[in-house]
Amino acid sequence: MARAAVLGRLSWRAAQVRQVRDESATARTLVLEVPSWPGHLPGQHVDVRLTAEDGYSTQRSYSIASAPDGARVELTVERLEDGEVSPYLTDVLQPGDPLELRGPIGGWFVWRPEEPAPTLLTGGGSGVVPLMAMIRTRIARGSGTPMRLIYSTRGPDTLLYHEELQRLGDQDPALRVDLVYTRRAPTGWEGKVGRLGAAQLAALAWPPADRPASFVCGPTSFVEAVANLLIDQGHDPQRIKTERFGPSGS
Amino acid sequence: MTESNLWTDGNALAGPLQDVFSVDVTAATARCANCGRVGTIAETRLFDHAPGMVARCPTCDQVMLRLVRGPGRAWLDLRGLTYLQVAVPDDA
Repeated sequence: MARAAVLGRLSWRAAQVRQVRDESATARTLVLEVPSWPGHLPGQHVDVRLTAEDGYSTQRSYSIASAPDGARVELTVERLEDGEVSPYLTDVLQPGDPLELRGPIGGWFVWRPEEPAPTLLTGGGSGVVPLMAMIRTRIARGSGTPMRLIYSTRGPDTLLYHEELQRLGDQDPALRVDLVYTRRAPTGWEGKVGRLGAAQLAALAWPPADRPASFVCGPTSFVEAVANLLIDQGHDPQRIKTERFGPSGS
Repeated sequence: MTESNLWTDGNALAGPLQDVFSVDVTAATARCANCGRVGTIAETRLFDHAPGMVARCPTCDQVMLRLVRGPGRAWLDLRGLTYLQVAVPDDA
């Protein structure tokens, strides 16, 4: 299990696609079966390797979206228009197809179910994926840790996990979900449209005095902006964990 | 260069470094050889649009770690850090 510090060498595993699920016009969840999967912590990722017939091989990292559940692992992949790997994963791969991956990887940007502190999750675009794994794990483990998710996305068409987030937020008083639409809002939306700003973040986040554990994930510019705002507002930098996935715009 | 967003962070080093080490080095604590900042490798700024991966200190921009892969081998340059503190269970 990833909890142990000594992990040994990573080896590539042959997974099989069990199911595919469209999450938005550009994102798809791959439900994989990975024999002898050792389990994972929410926030960890896997490396996926594609090899062409001529032997050319390339790999990318994807966050795990699901809670630990035996050999079942779910990845949500956003299609990048100029991507080398993601269009294959979102458009071509079908149930029954094999997929090579290794993991779980990463021991820092992880949430542990025994974490007692209120937890603030702030995601931009597909940065919500590892945060979703944290929410799902919290529920699967029956953890009482209060969680808040602030999820920034361009518009209703790019929103991932909409129904599930709405249902979980309605059912669970210890989970609050706030959406931020940066470009387009759905009809009937009463909030503002635009980037997450200082006042809005302060209103939605736990106050610094509650010493929340913070996880921020998204495009580099989003993570920089949110982490700096949290620090400016008095949050302890040591309690803010960040994961940036580069320049893709949100 | 660090003014642009063409970087990610040290979290993305976890897989490549696990080719070399049997522990997760991204959760390890490192001290920057230039400014003395102490933090995890996961928090470094990672530039990977290059033949290798270059991790820089988020405070002073010092190159802390470079990792280059070649056929059947890896080169690791750690000159930019003065130590790496790794969690190791006592019974390991």
